Amino acid sequence: MEFGLSESQEFLKDSARKFFAGECPSVEMRRLMETGTSYDVALWSKLTEQGYTGIIFPEEYGGVGLGKVELMLLMEEAGRALLPGPFFSTVVLAGSVLEAVGTVTQKKKYLAPICRGEVRATVALVESTSSWNPRDVQLGATNGKLSGEKLFVTDAAIADFIIVVAHNGVFLVDSKARGLKISPMSGMDLTRKLYAVEFSNTPAEEIGGTKELARALDIATAALAAELVGGMQRTLDLTVEYAKTRKQFGKPIGMFQAVQHQCADMYLETESSRSAVYYAGWALEENSPDAPTAVSIAKMYASDAARTVGNRGIQIHGGMGFTWENDLHLYYRRAKASETAFGDATFHRERIARLVIDEGAVSAKHA
Amino acid sequence: MDLNLALEELQFRDELRDWLRANVPHDWSEWREKPIEESFPYLRAWQRKLHEGRWAAVSWPKEYGGRSATLTQQAIFWEEMARVEAPPMANALGLGLIGPTIIAFGTEEQKKRFIPKILSAEEIWCQGFSEPNAGSDLASLQTEARLDGDHYVVNGQKVWTSYGWVGNWCELVVRTDSNVPKHKGLTVLLIDMRSPGVEVRPLRQMTGESEFNEMFFRDVRVPVENVLGKVNDGWNVAVSTLMHERGAYGARLHPLFKRNINRLIELSRKFQKNGCAAAQDPLTRQKLAQCYAEIEIMRMNQLRAFSRISATGAPGPEGSIQKVFWSELNQRLQQVAQEIFGPYGQLLGGDSHAVDNGIWSYGYLRTRGNTIEAGTSEVQRSIIGHFVLGLPKSY
Repeated sequence: MEFGLSESQEFLKDSARKFFAGECPSVEMRRLMETGTSYDVALWSKLTEQGYTGIIFPEEYGGVGLGKVELMLLMEEAGRALLPGPFFSTVVLAGSVLEAVGTVTQKKKYLAPICRGEVRATVALVESTSSWNPRDVQLGATNGKLSGEKLFVTDAAIADFIIVVAHNGVFLVDSKARGLKISPMSGMDLTRKLYAVEFSNTPAEEIGGTKELARALDIATAALAAELVGGMQRTLDLTVEYAKTRKQFGKPIGMFQAVQHQCADMYLETESSRSAVYYAGWALEENSPDAPTAVSIAKMYASDAARTVGNRGIQIHGGMGFTWENDLHLYYRRAKASETAFGDATFHRERIARLVIDEGAVSAKHA
Repeated sequence: MDLNLALEELQFRDELRDWLRANVPHDWSEWREKPIEESFPYLRAWQRKLHEGRWAAVSWPKEYGGRSATLTQQAIFWEEMARVEAPPMANALGLGLIGPTIIAFGTEEQKKRFIPKILSAEEIWCQGFSEPNAGSDLASLQTEARLDGDHYVVNGQKVWTSYGWVGNWCELVVRTDSNVPKHKGLTVLLIDMRSPGVEVRPLRQMTGESEFNEMFFRDVRVPVENVLGKVNDGWNVAVSTLMHERGAYGARLHPLFKRNINRLIELSRKFQKNGCAAAQDPLTRQKLAQCYAEIEIMRMNQLRAFSRISATGAPGPEGSIQKVFWSELNQRLQQVAQEIFGPYGQLLGGDSHAVDNGIWSYGYLRTRGNTIEAGTSEVQRSIIGHFVLGLPKSY
């Protein structure tokens, strides 16, 4: 048994960190967040050159064929850089849904262009009830046409197609389709734009049933938790650095236990989130029976931890932490958006309860 | 990263399973409720049996009667022991902390003299570290040892000594030089507890029982050959023992935590909360799920720390969070249990209405000690702050 990363996994993580530091430093991230869609053509083609747009997809569709642990590592580094734009929506979310649900023909038509970096896409799931459970979806398709409204759809304005979860199937809508209205929602996270998407008799292509959706949503949920880990790590690094250099009463503030112990807690929360996320990635890769539980544990813990790590980081930075120019609030904003996306901690605790209290404990594989 | 068991791990597990199937006693449940003084001979016999199968100290090197087990195999060992509800071993400190320290620092004579009887539970060991005025600041301890010919003469007081009442031998940290900085004047002595001048008194703790003792030393003579390691190098020897205490201990605890949460989930179906079974009460479900998740994360943190130790030879930064994590989690778990049981939660063992004969009311009180013993949460956070994050030392 080996919980450490393999050499190739370490290499992937290192090169991703260097790539994002070089191509998407804080200045560039801030430039993109001020744009309408946070999308940048040049950055996208560089992501494609790295193979990131096809990271977990089979080679027959032009993907790289790496595993879910590798996806977690990439998303962790993307989260550390607060990567703006539709990478999560297109690759992780739409890509995973297409892979899980679509036919071979559809995958060639829609997943392959994602791998090749030619298209942007997203998934529309949540409705006005704000439930992330596909079973609560009301919107339905009649004769291949969709009518209704989806909310909190990420990156919809830049998407070439939108995958829509209906109560009677999963559908794909072209962005130029009739009866499609996309309006921005002003979210707190400026790096990942949200939209309301309205369908009125909009033609749609059915790509599969909702039954296969669970695994794709689990992959996206775990990846979002991985992003949170990267954000926590960045917040921790910035905060520890600040606590070492900022002096008050003639001493670095990190010498005061009231500050130091909060840093220790930030570290504990970050590392524990990381353990849970890596395990979830492994469980998904192995199709382990406890994968759904592992994903919910990771998302539940990371959602709460990202918020408290942010709270502590801002507090320790004092007045500097409250300024616009300091990056901490940008991570804090992302943490709040990602906390609720795909179910907040309360949602996932209830899911864990259903899995381990109601259905009998499915414990970790070797427990 | 591959969390499947490797071949040699599977073989280790299967060999242990076979041995346990044939040897684990079936009457432990009758004994576990009795006072430890009564069940102690039973625990000694069980350890002797484990030793005969070479299972008493799997982490020890083969040449000293162990199996040179990897950290993962050690984790497997404790998981399997918990799975069959095996009794604990009598000489817990000797096997877990003091034996490994003797193997690391002892002379050949010391190893030959002490190691076999630690394994066979013939000699029980205790640990004399903390003092009334030296707890977290252990290096300021005052028990002194003065050289007199070929003996040290020891005077002082120790406190919070587990197994003091039954200990035959003690790993004692003493001050041998008070004219140097506090860390540099300490020495570790191996003391025969039957030596004249040693007095052991029970220390009654807030649970009402006496797990711990106070020990008094008045002109106790210890032969110089019983120095462990070098004179005035006792801090390094003591820290080595403490590292064992804080290291793989989480792997022993995880199966017990797992058993507790599973039992609590079972009980939550029987207790009422807000007009339904607690297992159906939304708030209780949230809290149970939180505990369940954190217990899983405790294991994942442990496995990650193990991989780091195997790769680098030293406990990685993940290791340092384990003590804070498990001790505070255990307290939260006990609080959730109390909320589920309501007024029944307070009932002590022996009361006919008590839940599980009082183990939960006991646990609620006992876990207050978890964040204090083996390094307080405050000290642990300072260790993380200074040694892991590189913040300036705060004390």
